[in-house]
Amino acid sequence: MKDILSELEDRRENARLGGGQRRIDAQHARGKLTARERIELLLDEGSFEEFDMFVSHRCTDFGMEDNKPAGDGVVTGWGTINGRQVYVFSQDFTVLGGSVSATHAQKICKIMDMAVQNGAPVIGINDSGGARIQEGVDALAGYAEIFQRNIMASGVVPQISVIMGPCAGGAVYSPAMTDFIFMVKDTSYMFVTGPDVVKTVTNEVVTAEELGGASTHTKKSSVADGAFENDVEALAEVRRLVDFLPLNNREKPPVRPFFDDPARIEDSLDTLVPENPNTPYDMKELITKIADEGDFYEIQEDFAKNIITGFVRLEGQTVGVVANQPMVLAGCLDIDSSRKAARFVRFCDCFEIPILTFVDVPGFLPGTSQEYGGVIKHGAKLLFAYGEATVPKVTVITRKAYGGAYDVMASKHLRGDFNYAWPTAEIAVMGAKGATEIIHRADLNDPEKIAQKTAEYEDRFANPFVAAERGFIDEVIMPHSTRKRVARAFASLRGKQLKNPWKKHDNIPL
Amino acid sequence: MFDKILIANRGEIACRVIKTARKMGIKTVAIYSDADKQALHVQMADEAVHIGPPPANQSYIVIDKVMEAIRQTGAQAVHPGYGFLSENSKFAEALEAEGVAFVGPPKGAIEAMGDKITSKKIAQEAGVSTVPGYMGLIADADEAVKISNEIGYPVMIKASAGGGGKGMRIAWNDEEAREGFQSSKNEAANSFGDDRIFIEKFVTQPRHIEIQVLCDKHGNGIYLGERECSIQRRNQKVVEEAPSPFLDEETRRAMGEQAVALAKAVGYSSAGTVEFIVDGDKNFYFLEMNTRLQVEHPVTELITGVDLVEQMIRVADGAELPLRQEDVKLTGWAIENRLYAEDPYRNFLPSIGRLTRYRPPAEVAAGPMAENGTWHGDAPAGDTAVRNDTGVYEGGEISMYYDPMIAKLCTWGPTRDAAIEAMRIALDSFEVEGIGHNLPFVAAVMDHPKFVSGDMTTAFIAEEYPDGFAGVELPEADLRKIAASCAAMHRVAEIRRTRVSGRMDNHERKVGTDWVVSLQGQSYPVVIDADRDGATVRFEDGEALRVSSDWTPGDQLATVDVNGETLVLKTGKITQGFRIRSRGADIRVHVRTPRQAELAQLMPEKQAPDTSKMLLCPMPGLIVKVDVEVGQEVQEGQALCTVEAMKMENILRAERKGVVSKINASAGDSLAVDDVIMEFE
Repeated sequence: MKDILSELEDRRENARLGGGQRRIDAQHARGKLTARERIELLLDEGSFEEFDMFVSHRCTDFGMEDNKPAGDGVVTGWGTINGRQVYVFSQDFTVLGGSVSATHAQKICKIMDMAVQNGAPVIGINDSGGARIQEGVDALAGYAEIFQRNIMASGVVPQISVIMGPCAGGAVYSPAMTDFIFMVKDTSYMFVTGPDVVKTVTNEVVTAEELGGASTHTKKSSVADGAFENDVEALAEVRRLVDFLPLNNREKPPVRPFFDDPARIEDSLDTLVPENPNTPYDMKELITKIADEGDFYEIQEDFAKNIITGFVRLEGQTVGVVANQPMVLAGCLDIDSSRKAARFVRFCDCFEIPILTFVDVPGFLPGTSQEYGGVIKHGAKLLFAYGEATVPKVTVITRKAYGGAYDVMASKHLRGDFNYAWPTAEIAVMGAKGATEIIHRADLNDPEKIAQKTAEYEDRFANPFVAAERGFIDEVIMPHSTRKRVARAFASLRGKQLKNPWKKHDNIPL
Repeated sequence: MFDKILIANRGEIACRVIKTARKMGIKTVAIYSDADKQALHVQMADEAVHIGPPPANQSYIVIDKVMEAIRQTGAQAVHPGYGFLSENSKFAEALEAEGVAFVGPPKGAIEAMGDKITSKKIAQEAGVSTVPGYMGLIADADEAVKISNEIGYPVMIKASAGGGGKGMRIAWNDEEAREGFQSSKNEAANSFGDDRIFIEKFVTQPRHIEIQVLCDKHGNGIYLGERECSIQRRNQKVVEEAPSPFLDEETRRAMGEQAVALAKAVGYSSAGTVEFIVDGDKNFYFLEMNTRLQVEHPVTELITGVDLVEQMIRVADGAELPLRQEDVKLTGWAIENRLYAEDPYRNFLPSIGRLTRYRPPAEVAAGPMAENGTWHGDAPAGDTAVRNDTGVYEGGEISMYYDPMIAKLCTWGPTRDAAIEAMRIALDSFEVEGIGHNLPFVAAVMDHPKFVSGDMTTAFIAEEYPDGFAGVELPEADLRKIAASCAAMHRVAEIRRTRVSGRMDNHERKVGTDWVVSLQGQSYPVVIDADRDGATVRFEDGEALRVSSDWTPGDQLATVDVNGETLVLKTGKITQGFRIRSRGADIRVHVRTPRQAELAQLMPEKQAPDTSKMLLCPMPGLIVKVDVEVGQEVQEGQALCTVEAMKMENILRAERKGVVSKINASAGDSLAVDDVIMEFE
């Protein structure tokens, strides 16, 4: 009996070593942790329950029958993050380069199926050379099985991808369909075709880092939602994100004890909006000052910075924040910012996370590049996302809310539950000068008259009261009491019930 | 007594004068420029009058505009504060003409002392000892070089009308004399509208010690002890204290008597300051007399209990001094640190912007000022005093138009050590965010052994921080206190995380007792033994620190009791730990489980991108001129370009020899911080 027990221990020991000490050392030398070390950091200490430790591939071509490592290049299982259940897979680059075989894929599919069934998030740690070429179409089939599960799990449980090494070719499409992608600076890259193929086909010379490194995907392509300095930091930050997320679409977002007075007054917000309407200010100051404990988890911080998206807590409960950022492009909406915010709004709506919107938007960015790029349809994504969202929606207009962009930014007309405005708000079709130049076109040659008419227009419309008279603004609030007002608004919406008409799914303008 | 006075100033000094006026039952009138519409002094005053656009030379120092404000409001007296019109005899004259009292000396005294050349002559005649120098006017740079050679280097080049470090340069050779003359002249023209320059011997090993005098209009004059202001940066005072740790009673009396003699010689009334340079042998030389309330006057108030502003107002109203010389007692010790909106990590360059956070330490009354009932606030009493004279508030704006000094933090204690310790805690508790500021630097000075021993000269900063200020390396004992505090705080935060909803019953995360704290390149494995009142944190070598605090997650200020000593930490959240600012240090503290720490050890150290071959714009500002061309070889220390910010011209110099490969900016360009001005091969 003792022998049998010790054989299990031996087998486990062997499986835990993955590709062996030499390859583990090589992994460390690259500044990367092993698949199991990563799981240790991701999950609560001692909470990991592994599946399929002894699974090995069934390939017999190209001498593969002599190389059948236990686990087949991926570690899978479940555990907890601060006591809440999550499923996890972590590709093991030390075992056959973390390549995806049919059995490797099966292991991932198994935990994904369980995650959907049991209502817990899936976190995938990607570090893989790609499809296991020796297996041919079996490997491709494996990918597709994973893809199909990503699609089915989408909107049911949160899916988070952490790219901690190579992720190339077909492999990119699994993370691409998850809710969030995080990368590690300098040690991870993602692309559909690598630098060699790029060179052959287009003659472009580009490094893997330039083509698909963390900087590229967080700043240029927006494929990734965030990048971190190293494996340790990335996994700690994923834990922090999970603390904000509900486990599945049947649950309310999590609540945790908080040490911050929901009625906290922030007098400095009364001077946040500068006197000159064209002077920018930092909307992030407002976000951090109204958030519980100033804690803000920003999503896509480095992309389309004219809009800010991320999570805060109010009275301990997760709230998604969307805010125009006057510091960048005057906070206008454009293709990139509309796409970024639309996806974020839809994520929140999927998982019952209330949405707080701060508005200071001068309109849509004009220009041929925007029109040729299809700003009409991209802008419509954000409009659509806000309009279809049934979660509690609270909006605060801090300054400009001009034109169609006013409608888009969670206006009352898009089923906004609470629409507040600061006294500095200006809700109008456009800025006073532009409006005057159209209304009083005949006087264009008389700058004095135009100036006078502009002042008249400003007096009439550069305030929140015209909209408030119509009930499009529920209340004009003092900036210093924003936290209190917004927290109470969400508190009053905890019982909100709103259903869209039945449909197979909508047809958002993709 | 006056019913209403106008304060012809802004910022902290306007607020400070308003406080005393209010205490005396006098109504106050503020004046403000466009940039100060929402300023604190405007909010505090009973009335406020707008006097023009932001630049001071179109508002605060335009006599006609101030006069108009006086007429409009019917103010009977004007307190000029310091700077601006405070030492402008034309202003005093204009007031006199309208029958409005000037809360300051007679115009004759201002004129006599306002010009550094004349004042020195008068001082010599009054028997005050003076520094050798050239008293005449200097025509051009060549003459400046000639005179400098005659006096012998090092020399000090000064604007005749100058003050506060503006228009002042030290030259050690001909080239610097030439350059210093030109830039002093330019700055003097811009700041004072008077570009006269003079040159004098630069006294080595000097200490800056000044005497506060107070005279009435009845021929009475007293001195209220001295202030030591040796800690200066580019001749701008940073730290002041009273009394001086250097003077003995005999020297104090000699200086005081000479100062009063000088004041009497010019028919002085009101508060004034006679500045001296004191060498290592306690020889003192007259420097100049400031015919106004001095910035650093609070330290004198704190050790004498005399409200100088109150006395100034009473004297202006014709009252006799209530004190004789023998009534003046110096009790305890007071320190002042000036909070400047200057970034110490960027060579103290001006920083402007919004104060996203501004929380000064709570004011506490103690010492003579509290005993005499002249404390200006309703601060609670304590053993040591904290006083903060400020003109800004959270959410306010630091503009580029005015002096970058935004507050004066003072502490008083029965002894110098007590005052310094109170200051350390007050500085650590002072929260300022949104702009660069010198709090870390002054905090470092408070711990500097030379300052602590009182052994400093005016060269203190230049000698002790020759390469600028790069933050503080904390000693082991401090690191351990911070490590213990952070471990306990992190544990609290982690336990809170485990209380999130939606967790698996009976499978909750258990937060352990073993942690590894890494900070400043050190790693400390600790074991936390927490109880109801705090935690005992044990280090590997057996040392145990008892920590307790009312800190909760999200608090930005942690006041921690470590083995009975108070430690105040500014805490920011970072991944797996805190950014801690304390005692001038700004460090990242990671608190990890032993396993996390082991794995974190495997992570590579990342190098910051190489900017050594670039000249970065150190502050937002305007390029005034570019001195070099592409392809030019530059020597270490050679001027590369001049950036103007907050009215100061800053010459950026080559850090090493090199060849300019690319220039990205030209004169007239407005640049942001860290914009690349030029690159080198």
